[in-house]
Amino acid sequence: MEIPITYYLILSSALFAIGVLGVLIRRNAIIIFMCIEMMLNAVNLSLIAFSDLHRSIDGQMLVFFVMVVAAAEVAVGLALIYVIFRNRGNVYVDELNIMKW
Amino acid sequence: MQIIFFLLAATALISGIMVVVQVNPVRSALFLVLNFFALAGIYLLANAQFIAAIQIIVYAGAIMVLFLFVIMLLNLREPEEGGAHRHLGQKIFGASLAAAVVALVIYKVFRMIAPPGKPLTPEFGTTEMVAKSLFTDYLLPFEMTSILLLVAVVGAVILARSKVN
Repeated sequence: MEIPITYYLILSSALFAIGVLGVLIRRNAIIIFMCIEMMLNAVNLSLIAFSDLHRSIDGQMLVFFVMVVAAAEVAVGLALIYVIFRNRGNVYVDELNIMKW
Repeated sequence: MQIIFFLLAATALISGIMVVVQVNPVRSALFLVLNFFALAGIYLLANAQFIAAIQIIVYAGAIMVLFLFVIMLLNLREPEEGGAHRHLGQKIFGASLAAAVVALVIYKVFRMIAPPGKPLTPEFGTTEMVAKSLFTDYLLPFEMTSILLLVAVVGAVILARSKVN
């Protein structure tokens, strides 16, 4: 039994909204990063749903490349967070304001 | 089949909300792993077998392990005291905005006219089909991702290096 495309899209938008909410509400940089990953996964779900709708492999190829880029981004981002922690002792984004005018 | 989808979708949504709500970052990471597993199950329902396997291997198996290692290295405690707290009004406003966005998407999506379904071939979404497409049509992006990963690894090592004496 086919699952209608609307269910996939609603779930994808709900996960994306939860990710945005996490990025805006939380202060811990690592949890913000995890919510960014959740947003990327919501977009992946939407791409795979449309790939299934049109029976085209291109959506799944884009998901593949999104996953690769997300992996690279996580490596560099966590290195940055580690350096911030080493310099400051905590990773609260509220206190990272030396570039504020 | 739809029952399985609703179970997996409920798991993904509840674990996603727990990622945002939990105070302890280790529990947040573990709920995100559960989210990724639920999404991998949904990918299987959408005829994306290769991507479902890659989701478990790469996201739940490599990226989240990296997150947990960093959380362990940082040795984060519960938040001690103030600084700027998020006021409860801000959180309620944010949650209502998120709900409004989802409501808008639901409204527009149910007015969408989906194109007629195409027949499902048995090799759609399998590893062979992804590999055929990856090494012919998407060869250039594939090679560029290898360079991207090299750059990311070099960058991460240089960033996290201790000061040279």
